[in-house]
Amino acid sequence: MLGDKYSVLLPTYNERENLPLIVWLLVKYFGESGYNYEIIVIDDGSPDGTLEIAEQLQKIYGEDKILLRPREKKLGLGTAYIHGIKHATGNFIFIMDADLSHHPKFIPEFIEKQKEGNYDLVSGTRYQGNGGVYGWDLRRKLISRGANFLTQVLLRPGASDLTGSFRLYKKKVLESLVERCVSKGYVFQMEMIVRARQLNYTIGEVPISFVDRVYGESKLGGNEIVSFVKGLLTLFATT
Amino acid sequence: MTKLLEWLFGVSFVLVAWAVVSFDLLDLSLPQTYREVAWPMPLYLLVSFGCYSLATVGYRVATFNDCEEAAKELQEQIKEAKEDLRKKGLKM
Repeated sequence: MLGDKYSVLLPTYNERENLPLIVWLLVKYFGESGYNYEIIVIDDGSPDGTLEIAEQLQKIYGEDKILLRPREKKLGLGTAYIHGIKHATGNFIFIMDADLSHHPKFIPEFIEKQKEGNYDLVSGTRYQGNGGVYGWDLRRKLISRGANFLTQVLLRPGASDLTGSFRLYKKKVLESLVERCVSKGYVFQMEMIVRARQLNYTIGEVPISFVDRVYGESKLGGNEIVSFVKGLLTLFATT
Repeated sequence: MTKLLEWLFGVSFVLVAWAVVSFDLLDLSLPQTYREVAWPMPLYLLVSFGCYSLATVGYRVATFNDCEEAAKELQEQIKEAKEDLRKKGLKM
């Protein structure tokens, strides 16, 4: 539709290596698709010089395409979204990881899916269709599927991938959800979907491939599992 | 109603129905077979659910897509991106 603009929120912390690459991919796929867009980099005071690289990217691609809205220190994802939304000039918002685990090639699919059903939010799923992951061992896959199964049984959320963070929201929808959500980390993403259902927002899904950690290791330790279960039980008891 | 409350209601309803039939609480004089079938039901249902869970999670782990192609494609695009950005003046 004429006038649709897509704002991509990229919260970053120590993504000096990945930021230029994700921006290059975003520019490539948005450029090819012809949709109007902007990329908002929300850096939380990264000590590795992420902001400096972001400034270089701004010079290359233009200040209308790359917006820098940094913060002084690590303040968490929920507030990063709130901060980003304030500066977004689009009527749609993409949220995604800046570490190349989410690939911008899916962006046109998200947009088409949204238009197809006028969905309030479109969620990328690793668990359906030809969605999937790369770089996960058996243990990780088992934990992921087990946790997802538990979540489906307890919350019956109407979406197949609750902890995923590659999503497209109508701006107003994201605003109203973020102000209602109180959890952190994985559980925050789960809570967003659960609250969306409570408010009768419509949810579409797009299968995505999740490539784990091109540069470095991502671990799922006992701590994260415990806090996930705590968060899940809290949502179970309060929503 | 929260999911917790929904579950509590659901479970209570099933347990009450089971108790009424198994222990003949309302003097319904149901045939003996009803009582014999109803009595082990809660255990059967739990075990069935346990088996279903294991089978479902097992199946989903086994059929979890491994995105080899996506990983290769990403590696190539990273090379392409670095080259292009270098040309555009980015200093990494």
